[in-house]
Amino acid sequence: MSLDAATREAIRGLRKRHDGEGRLAAVEALRRVQAAHRWVSDAHLAETAALLGMTEAELDSLATFYSLIFRRPVGERLILLCDSLPCWMAGSEALRARLRERLGIDFGETTEDGRYTLVNICCVGACDAAPAALRDFALVAPAEVEALLEDGP
Amino acid sequence: MTEAPLTGHARADRTPHTLAEWRRLGGWESFDHAVRERTPDAVIAAVKDAGLRGRGGAGFPTGVKWGFMPADPDGPSHLLVNGDEMEPGNFKDRWLMEAVPHLVLEGAAIAAWAMRASHVTIFVRDAYRAAQRAMAGAVEEAREAGLIGAGAVPGERGLEVSLHASAGRYICGEETALIEALEGRRAIPREKPPFPAQSGLHGRPTTVNNVETLACVPGILAEGGAAWKARGRGEDGGTKIFGVSGAVRRPGPFEAPMGTPAREVLERAGGLRDGARLAGFLPGGLSSGFLGEEALDAPMDFEGMEAAGSQFGTGMVIVLDDSVCPVAALANAERFFARESCGWCTPCRDGLPWTARLLEGFCRGEGRREHLEVLRRHCAMAPHAFCGHMPGAVMPLESGLDRFADAFEAHLAGGCPWGRA
Ligand SMILES: Cc1cc2nc3c(=O)[nH]c(=O)nc-3n(C[C@H](O)[C@H](O)[C@H](O)COP(=O)(O)O)c2cc1C
Ligand code: SF4
Ligand code: FES
Repeated sequence: MSLDAATREAIRGLRKRHDGEGRLAAVEALRRVQAAHRWVSDAHLAETAALLGMTEAELDSLATFYSLIFRRPVGERLILLCDSLPCWMAGSEALRARLRERLGIDFGETTEDGRYTLVNICCVGACDAAPAALRDFALVAPAEVEALLEDGP
Repeated sequence: MTEAPLTGHARADRTPHTLAEWRRLGGWESFDHAVRERTPDAVIAAVKDAGLRGRGGAGFPTGVKWGFMPADPDGPSHLLVNGDEMEPGNFKDRWLMEAVPHLVLEGAAIAAWAMRASHVTIFVRDAYRAAQRAMAGAVEEAREAGLIGAGAVPGERGLEVSLHASAGRYICGEETALIEALEGRRAIPREKPPFPAQSGLHGRPTTVNNVETLACVPGILAEGGAAWKARGRGEDGGTKIFGVSGAVRRPGPFEAPMGTPAREVLERAGGLRDGARLAGFLPGGLSSGFLGEEALDAPMDFEGMEAAGSQFGTGMVIVLDDSVCPVAALANAERFFARESCGWCTPCRDGLPWTARLLEGFCRGEGRREHLEVLRRHCAMAPHAFCGHMPGAVMPLESGLDRFADAFEAHLAGGCPWGRA
């Protein structure tokens, strides 16, 4: 499956903005691919690298460097749970165990129906509202984390 | 004069002001005044008088740093705004970027003008989407209003401002790694010298400043360096965003004078919970050394925390009480640092996972006395690492081995007293 036209166009625009120097636009390009397709597949990586004038290896070395560029499928709902110290003190481990049990998957995995992906993340700057979690990059209040599993897709 | 020059106008729900609203509150006046009535050198002098020291952790005097930039650049030069904020326990730059983006941007514009930089890049971590939106909005408004952009600054060549959203890697916050990241490479720190002011982004003169450092600048110009300095209660000038997380009643960020004693900072956060005993606190984010009861009256500023035996770092406090296993807490901390190692040098890439594994072993009742020695040996290797990541990583560990010696002994004698194993 190839990239959608809008993302392709956006990547071309990003490269142009950096005077043709694709490397400088690479992280933003990967973020755009992910915004449109949830994760960066091999095919999308190849296409993006071509649009940026980079080799696949060059682009993949960046993609794999960053924790939040996903090179494996991500479900419809991405749940990022903080595993750093202040949240750990506030009980993130118990919450982690409950999410794992409810979904029957470990962190770093996606449910078979493709609905949920669980990922650990380091401190998200919400240590004062611990334990902190993000749903698709939006902070959710501690009390609502488990409710994440209930509302529809 | 407001009590809180950084956050006095911040809304409780953190929604940012529009440029028009912000201007009615006096926003961008320091910038207007600086570029019309002052010289760049006078601005740098005011920042030196204010005694402003970098809020990104290292505490380098800001005015001195700006003075390293060439007064007569023969091409582009850069100010990079460091909004990576990924060290556990830190949530101050997020507040500033979300709630007062125009203050941050005005500070950056003044700084760029003072050090004759032509480009500003605001580097924001991936997880801070609201901060990215707020900063992007402020940049857009300021550009439309002609405050920044091509030819915007009177008598100068204009100021190009852009935003870079990162993709999640703590090491990007290290200033030379940040430069690598912006150049589209894996963010592995660079050797210094050359220092960024000599050769930074694209080989051009570059200064990296923390978000909070820059947010201090409009206030310094508004009230004068000496008056701003006098806001501090000790040697260091101004106010600071402090914050407390962990075992306190009301975790959160707030602005207070530099040099506020640790005890007051903890009290502002509601103090410890009933019946809890303080086990230790990290005064400056996860990469600072543990202090305890004995340091509660020490002033929280750079000198004060150093004299107490730790580091002021970012001034964001993590509190441990006696309800959690300190060995497990250390294991958690070192696991973070191990995971975020960029992998360039051996002591950090191989050593930090080793410390994490040993500590996790203690938690499972597999600790042995010689492991304590191995942990200490790893700490001793930190100065040989290539960048500041590993020295930061061993701060809590080295201090924790001493402070929590009894807890380690208990684990050796019969498993985790907190019942974790
Ligand atoms: C591993 C590591 C991570 C860092 N992360 C940050 C960060 O997220 N934000 C920041 O402002 N400074 C960070 N720093 C410090 C920067 O290297 C640099 O000193 C700082 O941005 C300079 O700004 P200042 O002088 O205004 O404090 C980090 C340093 C190290 C060694
Ligand atoms: S100390 Fe760690 S983060 Fe720094 S260069 Fe070495 S491996 Fe990379
Ligand atoms: S430790 Fe979880 S948000 Fe900071």
